[in-house]
Amino acid sequence: MSEKEEHRTPVSLNGLSENDPHLLPAAKNPKTVEHVIAINFVLGTILTAGFGACYWVNAKPWTLGATLGGGLFFFGVGLVAWGKYLMPRGPFVEERHVLANSEADRNAFAAAIVERGGSVMKRRKMLGGLLAGGLGIFGVVAMFPTLRSLGPLPKGTLFHTDWRKDSYVVDQTGRRVSAGDLAVGSIVTVFPEGTQDSDRGQAVDQTVLIRVSNEKFTTMKGRESWAPLGYVAYSKLCTHLGCPVGLYEQELQLLVCPCHQSMFNVNNGAVPQFGPAPRPLPQLPLYIDGQGFLRAQAGYNQPVGPGFWERA
Amino acid sequence: MSDVTATNQRAKRKAAGPYGKVGKALNELDDRLGVAKGGRTFMDRIFPDHWSFMLGEIALYSFLILLITGVFLTFYFIPSSAIVTYHGSYLPLDGQQVTQAFSSTVNISFAVRGGLLMRQMHHWACDIFVGALVVHMARVFFTGAFRKPRELNWTIGVTLLTLAIVNGFLGYSLPDDLVSGTGIRIAYSILLSIPFVGTYLAFFIFGGNFPGASTIPRFYILHCLIVPLIIIGLVGAHLFLLVRQKHTQFPGEGRTEKNVVGSPMFPVFMAKTTGFLFIVAGFTALLSAFAQINPIWQFGPYDASRISYAVQPDWYMGFLDGALRIWPSWSFHSFGHTIPFEVLVPALILPGIIFGLAYAWPMLERIYTKDNEIHHLLDRPSQRPKRTAVGVAALAFVTMLFIASSTDVIANFFHISLNSVLWAMRILTILVPLIAYPIAYKICKEMQGVHGAGKRKTHNIVSRTAEGEYLATPTPAYRDDLGHDLEATPVPTYIEVEPDEPDEGGVRIVDR
Repeated sequence: MSEKEEHRTPVSLNGLSENDPHLLPAAKNPKTVEHVIAINFVLGTILTAGFGACYWVNAKPWTLGATLGGGLFFFGVGLVAWGKYLMPRGPFVEERHVLANSEADRNAFAAAIVERGGSVMKRRKMLGGLLAGGLGIFGVVAMFPTLRSLGPLPKGTLFHTDWRKDSYVVDQTGRRVSAGDLAVGSIVTVFPEGTQDSDRGQAVDQTVLIRVSNEKFTTMKGRESWAPLGYVAYSKLCTHLGCPVGLYEQELQLLVCPCHQSMFNVNNGAVPQFGPAPRPLPQLPLYIDGQGFLRAQAGYNQPVGPGFWERA
Repeated sequence: MSDVTATNQRAKRKAAGPYGKVGKALNELDDRLGVAKGGRTFMDRIFPDHWSFMLGEIALYSFLILLITGVFLTFYFIPSSAIVTYHGSYLPLDGQQVTQAFSSTVNISFAVRGGLLMRQMHHWACDIFVGALVVHMARVFFTGAFRKPRELNWTIGVTLLTLAIVNGFLGYSLPDDLVSGTGIRIAYSILLSIPFVGTYLAFFIFGGNFPGASTIPRFYILHCLIVPLIIIGLVGAHLFLLVRQKHTQFPGEGRTEKNVVGSPMFPVFMAKTTGFLFIVAGFTALLSAFAQINPIWQFGPYDASRISYAVQPDWYMGFLDGALRIWPSWSFHSFGHTIPFEVLVPALILPGIIFGLAYAWPMLERIYTKDNEIHHLLDRPSQRPKRTAVGVAALAFVTMLFIASSTDVIANFFHISLNSVLWAMRILTILVPLIAYPIAYKICKEMQGVHGAGKRKTHNIVSRTAEGEYLATPTPAYRDDLGHDLEATPVPTYIEVEPDEPDEGGVRIVDR
């Protein structure tokens, strides 16, 4: 076994003589490595000082990151090299002690729990039962007010929107939409008048209004009068996860949800044609009143948005 | 009395003698806390050296960076959905009605000195943190480090990964920008999909109907206090168990089930690991200096009726998003109730199964192999073809789900139909893991039979005889790569290692 190989045999740290080869640095040329590490530390110092300067003069954010990151990086490389090449090369060995205790110790521990605890419990079964039962009830009782105070009950809020019979159709700025406003092929997001600025209006009532060229447009049987002059309105909430169905593919007459790519056919009652959405977008029946404003014949006839347990 | 004191003091001085002031200070400490013996043991602790043992350190140090940068951000972030008119230094948003959460985040990015760097470092460190956790977990899996006695630490690790993902999502939601708001909307709808209690859960967690003013303050306290506290506690437990059970090591010269071979805690390991902390922090800062992440001022404030194209979450949520995209629209409507399986299965049941299997793996493997021995020496992945193949298949499955979260981007980039991409991903997500399993298994089996596979290469000495015949003689393997010093441990019968081929002193021709 050569000397080089001899030091590869792991030794214990204890009782090593001062000139044991295991304590020598791993580097072949420690002086060179020392110089390299020194350069790293100097660069680290310069850059972190530069970080301070950049911060002082309020320089651009990337200069802060570059100086801080570069400085830390050089310090790190220097330290790792110091540990790897200049400190005792080892390898050193440490014994693993068996974690498990002797049979007698284990038995004594088990006896303490089983016998001592058991004797107490056996004698006072009723007390133990009462305490466990009482604390259990307390746990349940304590949970209810905590949970209940977190929010209101859902009640019917998921079933209804703010669209009512005769609601005016308004755009995001609150302006009423009239029959001449939209060119054929255009789309606008609309709300029932008065809700366009509210969170709930934006989250629940949002509806897409599309004008198609066919003035006698019917999306499906029974909805002959719902789209006057080709104005058709669908809930903008995707029936998959409630993202706004914000993309309109005019040539294919598709409404596309950018979240998970569900596609709804505008011509055909917004039936999902592709993707994970399970239900068509609910359609809002419209009419044009005497002054030419678009208004709702009624609210949506079903809950809008994603599915939930109570939904029929 | 005074005599005793004087003697004591003299004795103390004498004891402190050879080690000077440091020795004296340590003696004072030992008088009060009795730390000398334990401290010495700790300094002498041996840590085995292997590059793959650094992966866990990356996770630990990026978590530290998260804590430091996170504290900085809390000084300036306002967790409120109250509407304010933005009049800050980012002019394109001037005069817009935004929430305080959004406006304060934009202010951190533009008005607070060093704020943008801290925000970007926080976000990058999170992406690195979860990434390092996953890679560290893969290392532990493929080397069998989760086996007895370390099952509990594996369980803690899987919990840490879950909490890291949850907290990442919570933090990502806080700025209340258009993209993160859409993420919250999706999370709300996922809660709604749970049968019986979904609507109640959603209303209690979010304080009412979506979007609700309670969301951001609640997410804030969860993100900054509650989840980090649990993570810190579990990280402490993880490290305590590591020190208590001592680190695993790869087999090699002088390494047995009964020892640890490597470098001592002080000063070698400490120098290396502190240096590594600086390297991880430096790398994160450099990344944050030159790679923009989450520019919320470009997304704009959240408005439930707006959306942008290519909406994608942080990478670690990608597998869930992908599953939601490719799962078919199977919804159940009957008896006056709806069970949205199109959401429930990919968003809750599937991750439940993935993480459930991860938790159960040490137990499953023990049942399958009937191996109840204590293991401190690691496996080479090729020594355990079945386990390695299972791991590769699982990673392939999750990776395919991750890729599926970009169906729209892929379709757009390659100019192919979205429908084709979706169907391709549906098929590939099932097919690729099924193909990956036998390939990984076969590679492992092959490596077992190949001379020197998985070991460092040694050179061949080529010589020519007087007759002109060429001979190639391999030089001996590195001593570390030989297993000859291994102490015999009970070898379970399932080990599929083929016996070492006797060294013939010539080149072994491997038929390919």
